[in-house]
Amino acid sequence: MNSDQPTNETPCCQQQQRRTFLARLSIALSAVIGVIIALPGIGFVLAPVFRKPKQKWRKVGKLDDFKVGGFVLVQYEDSSSVPWAGITAKEGAWIRRASETEFIAFSINCRHLGCPVRWVDDPRLFMCPCHGGVYYEDGTVAAGPPPEPLQRLNVRINNGQVEIESGPTPLTLTKIT
Amino acid sequence: MSKNPLMRTWNWIDNRIGYSDYIVPLMVHLVPDSARWWYIFGSATLCAFMVQVFTGVCLAMAYVPGGEKTYESLVYITNTAPLGNLLRGMHYYGASAMVMLAVIHMIQVYMHATYKYPREMNWMSGVVLLFVVLGMAFTGQLLRWDANGVWSVTVAAEMAGRTPIIGPTIAHFIMGGETVGGSTITRFFAMHVFIMPAIIFAGIGLHMLLIMRHGISEMPDANDPVDPETYKEKYEERIHKTGVPFWPDAMWRDMIFSTIIVGIILGCSLFLGPPTLDPPPNPSSINANPLPDWYFLWYFAVLSLLPPKLETWVILGVPILGFLGLFFLPMISNKGHRAPSKRPWAGGTVIFGSVAFLVLTIYGYKKPWSPDFGVKELPASVVGTDQGPLMEGAKLMHIKGCLYCHDISGYGGHRGPELTEIGKLLTRDDLIIRINNGGHNMPAFASSISSDELHLIVDFLLTRGVDQDQPILNGDSP
Repeated sequence: MNSDQPTNETPCCQQQQRRTFLARLSIALSAVIGVIIALPGIGFVLAPVFRKPKQKWRKVGKLDDFKVGGFVLVQYEDSSSVPWAGITAKEGAWIRRASETEFIAFSINCRHLGCPVRWVDDPRLFMCPCHGGVYYEDGTVAAGPPPEPLQRLNVRINNGQVEIESGPTPLTLTKIT
Repeated sequence: MSKNPLMRTWNWIDNRIGYSDYIVPLMVHLVPDSARWWYIFGSATLCAFMVQVFTGVCLAMAYVPGGEKTYESLVYITNTAPLGNLLRGMHYYGASAMVMLAVIHMIQVYMHATYKYPREMNWMSGVVLLFVVLGMAFTGQLLRWDANGVWSVTVAAEMAGRTPIIGPTIAHFIMGGETVGGSTITRFFAMHVFIMPAIIFAGIGLHMLLIMRHGISEMPDANDPVDPETYKEKYEERIHKTGVPFWPDAMWRDMIFSTIIVGIILGCSLFLGPPTLDPPPNPSSINANPLPDWYFLWYFAVLSLLPPKLETWVILGVPILGFLGLFFLPMISNKGHRAPSKRPWAGGTVIFGSVAFLVLTIYGYKKPWSPDFGVKELPASVVGTDQGPLMEGAKLMHIKGCLYCHDISGYGGHRGPELTEIGKLLTRDDLIIRINNGGHNMPAFASSISSDELHLIVDFLLTRGVDQDQPILNGDSP
């Protein structure tokens, strides 16, 4: 096959055409291979981005355990944890029994950059250890850089249990005006 | 044909793999004889990278990415595994060395304007490498999966979340979901161990290839600006006249400096040990004090000192503009003078950048913008008495959190103004209005302080800076 010398009857351009075709074919096939390799992986890696945020009611304690007064820290399981998460599946919230029937809960994430805020009982303020954000007990900003009030979480009383609706970590979004 | 069987074996291998044909010419390629001690930083960065690869692979043999097992494996490596402590330390100090050396190398190249023709792509590949190295440093800091790690990811995701339109998508991509948890650490592990090292290997390959292609630059000559028309010919001519073989005439300096660097890495690990692990990575624990490692502390400080209106633009702008500005630098100026003496703006930029980095880093460590939660009560020596209404006022300063932010005679935080001499500056009415209404970064305390408490605090404050040398006894107000 390959020993055939090109003769005048088989002009060189035929050979050239064949080469061009084969080159293009190879490039096209490498693109196909690339797509076959990459797409499942990209889908797998990006899946969490397109997942619908889950919100679940989580028990945080018996109704009688909460006294009317300041905020207490409660821990519960994240609504979208993976089987191997262990301790990292926990989420926290500040909850306060405002009256016999009314509860107020805030996510512990500072709305500046997400650090965990601390409730300081005597001045009745939430303070953030990272960049000095401070909030009043109603969650509004008292001082520092946070652009938004603390994120309120839904609380309900169910069969004598206090439950918090867990959800995504609050993100402070940039609004395009 | 050699009679020595060892030589015969070597010759056989060399003939097959081509060591003498391929590797030796690279080793002995000619470099300018002026390339001396200024040129040691690039190779030292590579050497630090080798330390990182080797210690990293070893650590990966015991490190478990995922949930609380990660923390347990870190504790095991640090406390139980033979030499685990040493390896973790070497990996940590190796990372610091690599970041530091990469930046010093970049400053040296910038000051000598080596990025000019024909070495523009050497610089560009270097900038990409620097940013991936910083990515490695950040993801590595998070693989130390303790309380600080969890909160650092949260902060990173929140920062990314500020991006207009696609912010939440990036944030959820970083966290591997809507919250920081099990998927986060496995993601960071894959980035730190597979993706970024692969990019660094490829980047170093390209960087080295370009060095071989264009040769090592000469020391800048103030009388010889770069002219792309004639540069290559002149360089070739000179290098053949005065060049020296890289191995060993130039490389011995690299070897000495790299040995010192590896020695320092080992010494730090032996004597200082790896960074202490914080409490376990529990995202619901609030007693965390998230702080980035030293190379990002300046940025952390910037975020605290900015006016909120600028914040989003700086959070996103600094990395993006920083990258673009550096990356396209050779496109802006690829010819002309290389000597620092002819480029005062370059020197000014480096000095300004270094001073800013230093000042902001010190600020980052001190964190004067944060409430100081661990502040102690005012002692009697500062108050001037140990009983009576004055002492009660001083105690209230602590209980009500005033001291978290205000310093009195060295006790207290620095978020707000110092109150050591406030009695000289403000009247009773001024103080009452300030405390009740707050204002400019001070919360209003009207709803959380009773009238009696307020008066005790104000009475105490009015004594600050007034007749400090005559201690007030029995708690009498002046």
